[in-house]
Amino acid sequence: MMEDAAIHGQGSWFQATARQRIAGLLDPDSFTEFLGPSERVRSPHLHLFDLPAAFDDGVVIGRGKLDGKDVFVAAQEGQFMGGTFAEVSGAKIVGLLRAARGHKDLPQTVLLLLDSGGVRLQEANAGELAVAEVMRAIVQARCAGVAVIALVGGKAGAFGGAGLTAATCSRIAVSEQGRIAVSGPEVIETNMGVEEFDSSNKALVWSTDGGKNRRLIGGADAFAQDSMNGFRAAAKALLSRVPPFDLKTMQAEQERLASRQKRLGACDDAVSMWRVLGIKDPEAVRDMDGKDFTALANSIKEASHDAR
Amino acid sequence: MLTLKFKHAAKRRLSGKKDTSIIGVVASGNLEVLLERVLPGAECEVDIATPITGYDETWKAVVTEFVERFSPGGLRVSINDGGARPDTVFLRLMQGCALMEKE
Repeated sequence: MMEDAAIHGQGSWFQATARQRIAGLLDPDSFTEFLGPSERVRSPHLHLFDLPAAFDDGVVIGRGKLDGKDVFVAAQEGQFMGGTFAEVSGAKIVGLLRAARGHKDLPQTVLLLLDSGGVRLQEANAGELAVAEVMRAIVQARCAGVAVIALVGGKAGAFGGAGLTAATCSRIAVSEQGRIAVSGPEVIETNMGVEEFDSSNKALVWSTDGGKNRRLIGGADAFAQDSMNGFRAAAKALLSRVPPFDLKTMQAEQERLASRQKRLGACDDAVSMWRVLGIKDPEAVRDMDGKDFTALANSIKEASHDAR
Repeated sequence: MLTLKFKHAAKRRLSGKKDTSIIGVVASGNLEVLLERVLPGAECEVDIATPITGYDETWKAVVTEFVERFSPGGLRVSINDGGARPDTVFLRLMQGCALMEKE
C-alpha cells in the first residue's frame, strides 16, 4: 500500500504528510495520538471564509518512542493551509508543551515537526497569539528541564512564526530541503524591492534560507538526510546534546549571534558568507552530498557551539 | 460550504478490526477521509463537506460506486474536500478501506 511505502526508512520527509512523518520517525506502532481526528476539534473560523476545515486542524500531537525513549511529538501538516499557526492548531502544541512541563512522569522530550508558513491569516489575531503562546510554552518547558527539538524539512519550511518557534527550541535539525527564516522571500521582495531579494531566483532563495546555509551559520545544530531514517538519526543525535536552559547558555547564545552579525553582517549572499567562514570552495557547497557536507559543517566553528 | 450526506445499506460489514483510520490531506486537489466503525450491521454513511458547489450528482455517483464495490458496512465515512477530482476521491476511499481492513 502507498501509505506503507511512504513511511519506509528511505521515504522522503519532504514529500511525506505529517502523519507519515510521525510513523516514520518513531518506533513502529509506538504512537498514541491526543485529540485525534475523531474528536473533530476543528477551526471555528474557516467556515466563515467558506474554506474546508481539517479534522485535526493540521496538527497531529501525541506520544511515542524514539529508539525506546518516551517522547511527545507535534507535527504540522504543511499541505493544509500551509501548516499555519491558528487558534486550534496552536493550542494543541501549547497543551503538549505544558503537559511536558508540568508532569515529570510524562515524556520530558518534545519533538516539533515544523512545516509552516507562519500565522494563518484567516485567523489573524488568534494565529499571532498562538505563535506567542507556543514560544512562551517552549521557554517555560525548557526552564523546567524539557528538551524541545525542532525538525525542519517540509514543503512549507519554517517561516514567520515557525521560524521564530524554531529559534526558541533547544536544538534544531534541518535537511537540505528545509528552509528556516522569518520573512519569506516574496515578503522581503514586496517590502524591500527585488534588488534586496529576488524571490524568483530559486538558487538565491534556497542557498540563503535552505538547510545547508542554516547549518553552516549555526542556525541549525544537525543536518538531516531527507528521509525518515535521516531525521530519526538527527533527532537521536541531538537528544544527547541538549544544552541546559540557564544564564550561561543565554549568554553564549547572545555572544554567538553578536559575533555572527559582526562577521557575516556585510555579506550580501550565502556564498560570500561561506567564504568568510573559511570554506575553500564555497561554490561547491550547493552540490555537495550529505556525507561530505556534514563533515564540512562539523569543521566550521560557527556551526558548532554550546549556545541556543 | 456544501454538505452532502449519503446513507446506504451495504451488502455486508467491512472486515477488519480497526476502529478508525484517516487518509489524505485537505489540500488543493486532495481531500481527507475519516473512517469510523460506528454503525450497526451493514449500514454505511458518507458525509461530505466541500467548498466546490454543483457536483452533487458526481459525489452521489462516486459514493454509490464505492459502496457497491467495497461494501463498507458499519462505517461512517467523513470527508473534508479540498477540490479533489472524482478519481482522487475514489482512490482515497479505497485506501481508507484498506487501512480499516488491516490486522
